[in-house]
Amino acid sequence: MEVPISTAELLTTDGIPLKQSLRKAERRNKLRAFLLVFPLLLFIFVTFVMPIGDMLLRSVDDSQINSVFPNTFDEYKNWDKGADELPPEEVYKSLFFELANGDKRQIGKALTRMNYAKSGWKSLIKKTTREIKKIVKKGEEPVSYKDTFININKLWADPTYWYSFNQMVKDRSSIYYWNALDRTFDEDGDVVLQDEKRRMYIKTWLRTFKVSIYVTIFCLILGFPVAHLLANLPLRYSNLLMIFVLLPFWTSLLVRTTAWIVMLQQNGVINGILVWLGVISDDGRIQMVYNEVGTLIAMTQILLPFMILPLYSVMRVIPKSHMRAAQNLGAKPVTAFLRVYLPQTIPGISAGGLLVFVLAIGYFITPELVGGKDGKLIGSWIAYHLKTTLNWGLCAALGAILLGIMLIFYWLYNKIVGIDNIKLG
Amino acid sequence: MNDTSQSFVKFEKIDKSYDGEVLVVKNLNLDIAKGEFVTMLGPSGSGKTTTLMMLAGFETPTNGEIFLDTKPISKIPPYEREIGMVFQNYALFPHMTVAENLSFPLEVRKISKPDIKEKVQKALDMVELGNFGTRFPAQLSGGQQQRVALARALVFEPRLVLMDEPLGALDKNLREQMQYEIKHIHDRIGITVVYVTHDQSEALTMSNRIAVFNDGIVQQLSTPDILYEKPENSFVAKFIGENNTLNGVVREVNGSSCTVELDGGFGMVKALKINVNEVGEKTQLSIRPERVSIDNSASGSNNFSGKIEELIYLGDHIRARLDVCGNNEFIVKVPNEGSFNHKEGDELKLSWNSEDVRALDL
Repeated sequence: MEVPISTAELLTTDGIPLKQSLRKAERRNKLRAFLLVFPLLLFIFVTFVMPIGDMLLRSVDDSQINSVFPNTFDEYKNWDKGADELPPEEVYKSLFFELANGDKRQIGKALTRMNYAKSGWKSLIKKTTREIKKIVKKGEEPVSYKDTFININKLWADPTYWYSFNQMVKDRSSIYYWNALDRTFDEDGDVVLQDEKRRMYIKTWLRTFKVSIYVTIFCLILGFPVAHLLANLPLRYSNLLMIFVLLPFWTSLLVRTTAWIVMLQQNGVINGILVWLGVISDDGRIQMVYNEVGTLIAMTQILLPFMILPLYSVMRVIPKSHMRAAQNLGAKPVTAFLRVYLPQTIPGISAGGLLVFVLAIGYFITPELVGGKDGKLIGSWIAYHLKTTLNWGLCAALGAILLGIMLIFYWLYNKIVGIDNIKLG
Repeated sequence: MNDTSQSFVKFEKIDKSYDGEVLVVKNLNLDIAKGEFVTMLGPSGSGKTTTLMMLAGFETPTNGEIFLDTKPISKIPPYEREIGMVFQNYALFPHMTVAENLSFPLEVRKISKPDIKEKVQKALDMVELGNFGTRFPAQLSGGQQQRVALARALVFEPRLVLMDEPLGALDKNLREQMQYEIKHIHDRIGITVVYVTHDQSEALTMSNRIAVFNDGIVQQLSTPDILYEKPENSFVAKFIGENNTLNGVVREVNGSSCTVELDGGFGMVKALKINVNEVGEKTQLSIRPERVSIDNSASGSNNFSGKIEELIYLGDHIRARLDVCGNNEFIVKVPNEGSFNHKEGDELKLSWNSEDVRALDL
């Protein structure tokens, strides 16, 4: 029998090509494996991929208003701003009919959008629509639609209102992203800073970063010794300690946050003890809650387990003999710790740090409750716009920026530490 | 051996207890001369590793004092003892390359960079890993890691090297190879080595002297040959090498020899009186398998017979398990000379010299 040479296709004993036979044999297993994970894939797709995709689309979506005023916008594009002070007659005419015949709810939505571009739109259009409806009811056809509009309200002669259309005539818009960074478009469509009294996002973003970084650092400082103890105490004690670490997980977040309010408020436990000890006077009670300090304290406590657990999982597998070996080789305990132990905990430090930072940057409930006015983070703005102003586009933009920041950190982490080194438990 | 001026390492009346209730090391007195290779051999939990850790400075003796070069060292922290150590699982630092691992002890001693480089290279060459400096420990095989650990323990020229079961994680062939290698390095640089193992063949191969530990007590401290051929108690006889035992009662004492009546009325055996004192005392007789002859001519002073229970062919010899005088774990090694043609169940005639039988404690 001839031995097949390497260039020839390998065959099984029965003469079927080996690769084909292998595929056939593996097909069933692959199918079974796929069916096993399919529900999870579906779940992830429905609950994770789709909402995030929807959010990203929403953050740039400007199609609703285009569907309300299609003709007006078409005509608007023909306006030569250099030549005429006001848009041509056709624009007024299209707007007239689209306001007269449009669906009331859709126009209402569009008005909200128009108000983001320039405040004042909403009341102007509402008044105008009422008058237009009267005119239509009478059955008169205006000679000049432009004059009719200006007669109804002289603001229609103000070109700045018309200029603000400029940022709405496209189906996609970056306005929400600029808004999320305290910027808007001017009449020429250039990006400019918002009015001073409307600038609050940059400040909040910076505070969010500051608080997240501080919380991460405090968690590391507090969590490192605890994780070290956990990893090195005899099992009996470390189990007990582990319960203390995990106990917060079994308590509602709301309860823990309100507990901090009880602890920290001016008539709270800590101030009470300090006054009783005579450290501070009764009128010198320290303001520790409803400000940034409160946010820092409460968030550090709440996120601490997320630092401790990855650190613990890394420290647990560092053999105790390493510190001994380092000392045996002549290193003082501090040197041994810095040069032998600490470098080996880097995967834990970075995993915990990344986890705490990412959780902190999007944190909502705790800063909302204990943060007061100047302790709020970006999450509070997202909730505010989601529930109160219903500016979902801005919500989506804020959320997308948050997501982007997290991805950047993830990327940096991967560059610096390597994602394979992450250890979460 | 009791000459204090001669001993480089001296354990004096060392007791060690972790919980205040159990002594893991009891009244340890041990002298180690400069340049000696001493092995502490014993089963796990016998106190040998604890003893080593006390010498390294990671455990404090509960009582007594350890002297290194005539100076007490109990109050000296481990990092100032200048004692090298090879740990059980090597304890190589995984985030450092091999060269960095080796330069670590030199760097903390503030030795100049060029000197470090030279010493590291020399140490790597010594363990035949000259080209492996840039690798990380995880990229090395078990045997190579072992050598790196050895090189690291020697690179800063310590006064003494301790090894805590350093070959335990290696496979059999590699272990034997490393045994010779460590022995040769010891011969070459003449450093004092204290070695801990539970593997008796390892101890026999490498050591100048062996301290057999059991239950926190040194049972016997001697050279390998004496330990094997003249065990002083039944623990040492059982722990070192293979050993056949027969239990009995001393019936007659005659100078350095005695006569023992075997339990179960199997007859009398003449033996050396080692660890028994008077007539009527219970004793355990110890005979090495290779000292039993199955020659039918029966020249020895003790003649018995045994039934073959099991025969195991091992190439160079045949291992026969016999039932002799009520002990069915009696092993005899028959050299494979081609003339052995007995089957399982056959009766064999056995004999041994009375000098090869040692009457030990029970």
